[in-house]
Amino acid sequence: MDLTLKVWRQKNAKAQGHFETYKVKNISSDSSFLEMLDILNEQLIAEGVDPVAVEKGCKSSGPVSFDHDCREGICGACSLYINGRAHGPDDEVTTCQLHMRKFKDGDTITIEPWRAKGFPVIKDLVVDRQAYDKILQAGGYVSVRTGGVPDGNAIPIPYEQAEESMDGAACIGCGACAATCKNGSAMLFVAARVSSLALLPQGKVEGAKRAKAMVAKMDELGFGACTNTKACEMECPKHITVTHIARLNREFLAAKLQD
Amino acid sequence: MAEKLISKIPEGPLSEKWTKHKSQIRVVSPGNKRKMEVIVVGTGLGGASAAASLGELGYNVKVFCISDSPRRAHSIAAQGGINAAKNYQNDNDSVYRLFYDTIKGGDYRAREANVYRLAEVSNNIIDQCVAQGVPFAREYGGLLANRSFGGAQVSRTFYARGQTGQQLLLGAYAALNRQIAAGTVKSYPRYEMLDVVLINGEAKGIIARNLVTGKIERFGAHAVVIATGGYGNTYFLSTNAMNSNGSAAWQCYKKGAFFANPCFAQIHPTCIPVHGDQQSKLTLMSESLRNDGRIWVPKSMEDVMALRAGTKKPSDIAEEDRDYYLERRYPAFGNLVPRDVASRAAKERCDAGYGVNNTGLAVFLDFKTAIERLGEDVIRARYGNLFQMYEKITDVNPYKEPMMIYPAIHYTMGGIWVDYNLQTTVPGLYAIGEANFSDHGGNRLGASALMQGLADGYFILPYTIGDYLAGKFKEPKTDINAPEFAEAEKAVTDKIAKLFAVKGKRSVDSYHKELGHIMWEYVGMARNEAGLKKAIELIQALKKDFWKNVFVAGENGEFNQELEKALRLVDFFEIGELMARDALNRNESCGGHFREEMQTEEGETKRDDENYMYVAAWEYKGEDVEPELHKEPLVYENIKIATRNYKD
Repeated sequence: MDLTLKVWRQKNAKAQGHFETYKVKNISSDSSFLEMLDILNEQLIAEGVDPVAVEKGCKSSGPVSFDHDCREGICGACSLYINGRAHGPDDEVTTCQLHMRKFKDGDTITIEPWRAKGFPVIKDLVVDRQAYDKILQAGGYVSVRTGGVPDGNAIPIPYEQAEESMDGAACIGCGACAATCKNGSAMLFVAARVSSLALLPQGKVEGAKRAKAMVAKMDELGFGACTNTKACEMECPKHITVTHIARLNREFLAAKLQD
Repeated sequence: MAEKLISKIPEGPLSEKWTKHKSQIRVVSPGNKRKMEVIVVGTGLGGASAAASLGELGYNVKVFCISDSPRRAHSIAAQGGINAAKNYQNDNDSVYRLFYDTIKGGDYRAREANVYRLAEVSNNIIDQCVAQGVPFAREYGGLLANRSFGGAQVSRTFYARGQTGQQLLLGAYAALNRQIAAGTVKSYPRYEMLDVVLINGEAKGIIARNLVTGKIERFGAHAVVIATGGYGNTYFLSTNAMNSNGSAAWQCYKKGAFFANPCFAQIHPTCIPVHGDQQSKLTLMSESLRNDGRIWVPKSMEDVMALRAGTKKPSDIAEEDRDYYLERRYPAFGNLVPRDVASRAAKERCDAGYGVNNTGLAVFLDFKTAIERLGEDVIRARYGNLFQMYEKITDVNPYKEPMMIYPAIHYTMGGIWVDYNLQTTVPGLYAIGEANFSDHGGNRLGASALMQGLADGYFILPYTIGDYLAGKFKEPKTDINAPEFAEAEKAVTDKIAKLFAVKGKRSVDSYHKELGHIMWEYVGMARNEAGLKKAIELIQALKKDFWKNVFVAGENGEFNQELEKALRLVDFFEIGELMARDALNRNESCGGHFREEMQTEEGETKRDDENYMYVAAWEYKGEDVEPELHKEPLVYENIKIATRNYKD
């Protein structure tokens, strides 16, 4: 299929960004979205090879930078806003798992980076998501050190509880939730971790402290408040639900009441 | 130089070696730990667990990763599970049995003492991860669940749906985060190590590129730990993540660390087949699927043709017309034979013309029997996310029609040579996880990579590195203004300038793809003398052409993914050549290394224990000079060497 792409180009964090329009041809419907971008980049590199064009001020800013790594939907690196949706038009997939069969020959596709105050652009479609690391550093762990722990089977956990904890633990930290939220809130991300640990006896011990610390850090880093629009749930590639936000709210409230 | 290959395997009975060794190695006092610095490169299971554990001990740790967050290291993608000898299933598992299965699975090319230690600490790993809050699968009674993996007749694999690697890595990453918050670990995301710095022959730091600004920076320490994974991406198409690379390990090799068994690469039998030229990577379908999936191709050529023409669907083929070739050839293990055996068997059927898919390069992995026996809900609970992933990629519903799979490069057993302490031939330089060579011999068993990464990082390295550091606590912090740092930094900046200066016409990726084709064709699933010699010639010619015709877009002082790829590819050329050289030297078939000249009448691997029961450790001798081969003999005192048999 042949496509027209409108791609956000931005030289660095400080530069002004703009859209550039490109055409790509003969894209296989079995190719992934990122493979389509690989082909675009091969094309832009080939154009960039022509020094005359570059000297004449050819618009091409070289290959498009975008984050990607595992290309199987688990590392959470890829992060594109495609036609106005985080990770594009398919449900429950990351951009790397989106395939071109979801588009039609002749389509125009708009590609932007995540847009959230907490995720400044580094270049083109690449954003800085260190804020998510910082939120987890504030308390997204169980305080155990290596060694000196009980036998794995010494802590029985009901099947359903373990499964529900796993639902939250499936978060890949891609940032789609905050990028989608009109308030730029990272609530679903924070909730997934807090709730997952709160469901386990190992995590309960520090539950109150964790909820408070992570929420405070999220606020400090410029993420907005949650107003229950559930947009995050709609766009989460791992189908993490707002039930976890409800559990976070309970944990947070209980913690505050204890104060 | 042979004296450099001292494995330092402790004396005494196998089961007492590690305990005895731990009691004899030195420790560093808490006050002195605070004065010492350790660099850890890589944040997968090995790197993250090591950095966290070293931080907890009180060392000052600097941890580097090329991703935007430590959590994205490729361990995250491991699906199926992690082995441990807990014997929770009461199926007569034991430390010895896990050790034995691993040695046998590796086709008798791994070190006994290392593997025994691995099996020994496997149980601690499960306990550790549970304590961290890793949500392992549970039975209804609340206890931990297990499943089976290839190469074992017991159920010893612990798992968290099809995302075990993710959950274990998030556990290690959480432990790491705790130390970052505590200030014992400083994290450097989006940094790539481009060289290791040696002072008086000892590792004292690294040169790294800040991937956001392009700045080349110097970092000093008392010791350096390499945890940067394997070099499977030499083949371009593999199940590895796009950014996984062998460059950090390769710089260590060029600075004097020996590189062991480079030809041992694992080809995983169950990957989604190649769809065409636009393909950028291959996706694995977990080995755990072989618990319930049955592998087959049609018995008759007529059905093969009908399938390819689309006039028949796989579900139209009657039971008696299917060739469940693994069950036929290996009745004792059936669909759960080790990966190398399953991969070659798939290749054998496809080479004979019975492959499916329009390419003829695929076989079926079918859940029909299991769904009939257990119901769709049970299968969904076990493998739901894998089935969803398969459908998203191929547009085929695996609950209705079988999956199509084909072998692909997945893991490298070879790596930096290390002694029992996980120290390389360079003092102060350590290698852990997939980056080292030590535990998997010629073939790694499923669910053992996670085990090894965490064993090294949580329970082995933090002890053994203390023995080295105990002799260094009087040394001041490393001076990054030393001439050795300046020299290494200059070499790096020169190399980058040289890449930009080529200004040719071909993209970096086009070269990488071509290298991948050479590797897959001649250094892939079947290798022979003529092909390997040809591969070496082709790779050398390609490398030469690269330095004349490559075009690296952009400049150094910016976020530049083309430069990142070019720097990695420069090393992949050389790694590929050494792999071919090692494969040429190893004139036997063992594990994942199959030399066509050396096979039994039934087409199974034929080892040559008399001549090749050794670790091939290669020493770098300079640019375009042939490396020197050193041999570490493998001594089996506790296991009777036998031909691997998965038939009876």
